[in-house]
Amino acid sequence: MTDDMSRYPLTLEGDDAPMVRFQNVTKKYGDLTVLDRLDLDVGAGEMVTIIGPSGSGKTTVLRMLMTLETIDSGVIYVDGEPLTHMERNGRLVRANAAHMRRMRSKIGMCFQHFNLFPHMTALGNCMEGPVQVLGMSKKEAEERALELLDMVGMAEKRDQHPARLSGGQQQRVAIARALAMRPKVMLFDEVTSALDPEVISEVTGVIRALVDQHNLTMLMVTHQMGFAREISDRVCFFFDGSIEEQGTPEMLFDSPEKERTQQFLSAVLEAN
Amino acid sequence: MIGWKWDFTAEILPRLGLATLNTLMAAGGGYAVALVLGLIFALAQRTPFRPLTVVTREVVEFIRSTPLLLQIFFIYYVGPQFGIRLSPWTAGLMAIGLHYAAYLSEVYRGGIEGVPKGQWEAARAINLSTVQTYRRIVIPQALPPALAGIGNYLVGIFKDTPMLSVIGVAELMHAANSIGAEHYRYLEPYTMVGLIFLAISLPTAWLVRRFETAVRRKLGLIK
Ligand SMILES: Nc1ncnc2c1ncn2[C@@H]1O[C@H](COP(=O)(O)OP(=O)(O)O)[C@@H](O)[C@H]1O
Ligand SMILES: [Mg+2]
Repeated sequence: MTDDMSRYPLTLEGDDAPMVRFQNVTKKYGDLTVLDRLDLDVGAGEMVTIIGPSGSGKTTVLRMLMTLETIDSGVIYVDGEPLTHMERNGRLVRANAAHMRRMRSKIGMCFQHFNLFPHMTALGNCMEGPVQVLGMSKKEAEERALELLDMVGMAEKRDQHPARLSGGQQQRVAIARALAMRPKVMLFDEVTSALDPEVISEVTGVIRALVDQHNLTMLMVTHQMGFAREISDRVCFFFDGSIEEQGTPEMLFDSPEKERTQQFLSAVLEAN
Repeated sequence: MIGWKWDFTAEILPRLGLATLNTLMAAGGGYAVALVLGLIFALAQRTPFRPLTVVTREVVEFIRSTPLLLQIFFIYYVGPQFGIRLSPWTAGLMAIGLHYAAYLSEVYRGGIEGVPKGQWEAARAINLSTVQTYRRIVIPQALPPALAGIGNYLVGIFKDTPMLSVIGVAELMHAANSIGAEHYRYLEPYTMVGLIFLAISLPTAWLVRRFETAVRRKLGLIK
């Protein structure tokens, strides 16, 4: 890495420090540069939506934040501390497993294909992390899991295995499973893309409730422009591994400035 | 000397019965060794530590490419030259356990590789450690599809126990050979050994299927 690490702060402090910061982050797969010196801040409690054409790097942004991918240069900060790096003798060095594990506890993620554990019930899925990772008692974890299943409207299905649940139901359980870990940041990667149209609202309804109720910071990738407009504080349009344009939903959807944004939005509109 | 002698059959039955116990013990013991060692072989090939992966891979390939009989002879007769002096039972269980561990490790590996990437990622997203991810998420899902293979090797190991007779383990084949040599009659002992093997193999294979179904149901993978 030829990156000069001294230009990255050791911590982010102050009232206006973002909950998540990507600073100069580059991600490559072999010769392919998927993200090119990305800078992106997400404020505490903010809901930021990422839109953009397929292959523009939207999923990669979330996966790097969830530590499912390593980064090639730059630093990602979460909750004031570096995630991808840690401080050693006043300098930032690559994070070790223990540091990443500690930082990862601040982040939760929901996937396009739910990825529920098929051998566990809905309740079991939501208790797994709290019992195994947070060290909660079974009883406490169950109470909390039931509360969350109730919140996503899945309390009745608590004893069902995922194979017996519809896509919309599985995704709601997956949201409850992520929330059970009490993350500060929630990531949603096209969580409605694999769903039948008639059940999409089950899931968007849950996310809408999260925006209203919790002081969660959220980063969401979606192709549902209406939903993005309705719930986002800010929308980022990704193109070819960088942010082409960003702003409030009104700014981005009603009066996009960049030609690529306009083209993308009119293409999406036509498709619908 | 061509007719079947019932009284002779009755006379040798107790001896064959005892030998059957030894055969079952050899199969069971060898299988237990193979189950555990096989999992170790499989997991060793998945560590990020390259040398361990490569060495284990080679060992498994080597064991799978050489005959069990040779491995039995090797451990029992060549071992002492290196100061490893083992009883026929120990050497036999080690050889058969090692041999089947190599095959079982491939079954385990297939099962583990069949677990979708998304399961590892979901486990990571709720911050499970690697050990927890294997124990709680991956192995429970890798097991059911591997069970048929794992079970078949139980029957396989059972059918291979006669090879232990060559180093003097007193299992069924060994008993039948001794009886034949003592009485100059081989029809009854060998026929009986065949029938005993059949009488154990068939129900075992059936039980294995039942067990597989039961496990799948228990894990909620079938209704
Ligand atoms: N594991 C990988 N190996 C190689 N290339 C990948 C990998 N994952 C993603 N890519 C590539 O990175 C680019 C961005 O992918 P992604 O972030 O999934 O895009 P999006 O979510 O915007 O559709 C794509 O060109 C994709 O093919
Ligand atoms: Mg994507």
